[in-house]
Amino acid sequence: MSKIAETGNCGKEVRSDCKITLEITKSGGLKIEVISKVKPLFGDKIEALCRDVLKFFDIKNANLKIEDTGALDYVIAARIEAAVKILVSTDKEYLFPLIPENNSQTERETNRRSRLYLPGDSPKLALNAGIHSPDGIILDLEDSVAPAKKFETRILVRNTLRSVDFYGAERMVRINQLPLGLEDLRMVVNHNVNLILLPKCESAAQVKQVNDEIKALNKNKRKIWIMPIIESALGVINSYEIAASENVVSLAIGLEDYTADLGTQRTNEGTETFFARSQVVNSARAARVQPIDSVFSDVSDMEALKQNVLRSKALGFDGMGCIHPRQIPVIHENYAPDEKEIDKAMKIVNAFFEATEKGLGVVALGSKMIDPPVVKRAQRTIEQAIEAGKLSTDWRENYGK
Amino acid sequence: MIPETINGKKVIPFKGVGKYKPTGRKYAPKISTSADYPLDGNKLVDSLKDALIKSGIKDGMTISTHHHFRDGDLIAVQIFDIAHEMGIKDLVWFPSASFTCHQPLIKYLEDGTIHHIEGSMNGPLGKFTTQGKMKGVGILRSHGGRYQAVQDGEVEIDIAVIAAPTADPFGNSNGVNGPSACGLLGFALADSQYADKVIVVTDNLVPFPCIPWQIHGNYVDYVVKVDQVGIPEKIVSGTTKITKSPDRLLIAELTAKFCEEAELIYDGFSFQAGAGGTALSIGIYFGEIMRRKGIKARFARGGSNKYLVDLLEEGLVEYILDGQTFDLDGVRSMRDNPRHVNTSPFTSYNYHGKGNFEGILDVVILGATEVDVNFNANVVTHSDGYLLHGIGGWQNCLFGKNVILPIPLFRDRIPVIRDEVTTICGPGELIDIIVTERGIAINPLRKDLINKMKNSKLPIKTIQQLKDEAEKICGKPKAIEFEEKIVAAIKWVDGTVIDVVKKIKE
Repeated sequence: MSKIAETGNCGKEVRSDCKITLEITKSGGLKIEVISKVKPLFGDKIEALCRDVLKFFDIKNANLKIEDTGALDYVIAARIEAAVKILVSTDKEYLFPLIPENNSQTERETNRRSRLYLPGDSPKLALNAGIHSPDGIILDLEDSVAPAKKFETRILVRNTLRSVDFYGAERMVRINQLPLGLEDLRMVVNHNVNLILLPKCESAAQVKQVNDEIKALNKNKRKIWIMPIIESALGVINSYEIAASENVVSLAIGLEDYTADLGTQRTNEGTETFFARSQVVNSARAARVQPIDSVFSDVSDMEALKQNVLRSKALGFDGMGCIHPRQIPVIHENYAPDEKEIDKAMKIVNAFFEATEKGLGVVALGSKMIDPPVVKRAQRTIEQAIEAGKLSTDWRENYGK
Repeated sequence: MIPETINGKKVIPFKGVGKYKPTGRKYAPKISTSADYPLDGNKLVDSLKDALIKSGIKDGMTISTHHHFRDGDLIAVQIFDIAHEMGIKDLVWFPSASFTCHQPLIKYLEDGTIHHIEGSMNGPLGKFTTQGKMKGVGILRSHGGRYQAVQDGEVEIDIAVIAAPTADPFGNSNGVNGPSACGLLGFALADSQYADKVIVVTDNLVPFPCIPWQIHGNYVDYVVKVDQVGIPEKIVSGTTKITKSPDRLLIAELTAKFCEEAELIYDGFSFQAGAGGTALSIGIYFGEIMRRKGIKARFARGGSNKYLVDLLEEGLVEYILDGQTFDLDGVRSMRDNPRHVNTSPFTSYNYHGKGNFEGILDVVILGATEVDVNFNANVVTHSDGYLLHGIGGWQNCLFGKNVILPIPLFRDRIPVIRDEVTTICGPGELIDIIVTERGIAINPLRKDLINKMKNSKLPIKTIQQLKDEAEKICGKPKAIEFEEKIVAAIKWVDGTVIDVVKKIKE
């Protein structure tokens, strides 16, 4: 039986990562070889960490080689833990303390205009993802991770959830299709993930399976939301039941797989997916959850992205996926309310404040009564306009003057 | 810390910005007489070797070359091949900058053909120097400092070799014409004026007169015709391409927003954005701001490239005052557009003159390998202690009105903001703003800017906060150990020594 495990990545294009080659030996103690571009500055720390992780897993004799391109401690530890677990059966987990910034929880109504996909196995991208201010960051375990890398990537994703500051973005993980996805859940649920994306979802039963598994695992009883992704004809047909399942807050559509399932090609105009997109929006609204659009894959064409967002907004979507940080501002700006919507919202909210100031129980605009949900939606529009920089926070001071 | 002598010459330690006042007169080359030169103006000789022999090449001489072709220079290595073949030793190489293409010179540093370099020590040459393998001590100067050193007689050039894309037999030459056009020859101005012997090497010999004559033939001793003088495509080096990195684009965007909010961009303002990918993107954002506000810049300072030329041609920039062209669009524009003006380190940078135009610039964008909590910055060594870059015009540009360093908070896991920089190249009092992807720090000396930005929504932080943030993410790096031996000295713009680089302990 081979006693050598290799994990991680190295090579010319790789940065902020490391490759671990671990051989468990019978005697001779721990031999650590550090090859690192940051060795003069961090070599001692890297070696000490290697020793500590091996000691934690009770490994007394081993040869460990680390080829490092500036990986942070949580990455190095994840790579070593994965190598150890390839060779040795153990339930122990080498965990860093959860950083306080990652203690936040999210709400059902939290903005989900942009969610940035990151390959779970690419630590360099995770580190700076939050500075681009997406609403959500997805650590992907599904399509962007090769089958052979799934095992170690789960460990890396777990550590990323605990150690990397996402600067307020919702922490999301896309698990694999069931049943593999259930194994993914075991590695992320108790590490303060806010939302699970369930790909290729076709039935409410699948959502229930995921939700039950989360409940069973969730030691701290934190809120963990679910965003199912509809990616097939059957999923579209069942989309209402899926959207109405417990803990679902958003319903997303994935058009690449959907068009493949239909046996057609995806176009920029999107005629072929019009039915599915409308159906998903309709199901989501009927279930009172957010309808979320598919990604736009031409990362160099910001004008085409803008047109895509405007069409998506017109269909009723609240947000979409993105695969490059530069797409985020375009998405935020164009899902934001336009002038007409803002004007209308200002009228309603102003009427609401005036009614409250006068102690009136009923809000009216001219002769028209305004229902509370309409006021709430108008307030939301105002918030979004302020967030998008289209309205100042003190807009009421000058309103009507 | 700063020794009394370096390479056997007395040096003056840095005394503070504007504190050291030189006395005496400029260096003067020997008087020449036309009686010694062909009356028909034909100074052609058969080969570079011929020219070097006629120039009296011998042990211990100082030989200068220039980096107008950047990584496409074909002449410097040939000079030392010839010197080596002739058995000449202990030469001083005085380039205006070195590039990876000069790596073959390491063998001549090893065998004693070259004693030391006074210029920049990049890449492999930097490593060689930092390991203490060079016979003498390397001297690093800014472009302005190089002119100053020649003018003041700190460096006496025995033979200057100027690679010129076009020249006539009299020695008049320029960089804008010919198959190897590279832009301008400004870095060779001091050499032509002050060197004992001047050789022009060209692959495009034209009959007299060569117009424009960026270098005057009246300074030139010999002219050599070769097959190829340089590779102009290689003036586009890695640092002169626009960035695609989202993180760097974010830094560029924050920088532009800062400049707009702080009202540094106004009708008739001026700016200089250097060669780095981030700096180029900032120029593009500046263009967007000017377009939106309906204003234009009076002038922009080059290094020029396509992006700056586009702004000039769109009318958003009235003049480009260019020190160096970074791509072939820059070369074309300098040749064809009278508003694209070639400058030299004398007009733009020299500190020992009656002023220079750096101080007139409103916004100056520069890079740095490290910055310390007092805003002192480093451009020549990396945090691992190795020399890796030259100073370029960096020190000279610090005299701009608002000096901004847009830099990532860390590279790989190495924090860029440190308690102390490995090598001081620029004093903190001249550096105003640090823009990172995680926040912007304003120098406490700039109370005006701090005041102006106090209600800004931009992430304004203290430099200490930025440093702490970097160390929280990366960990605190270990201090690098050095030996006592000095391997290189960093000159300030006035010829004093601001810092030294020591041999790395391996």
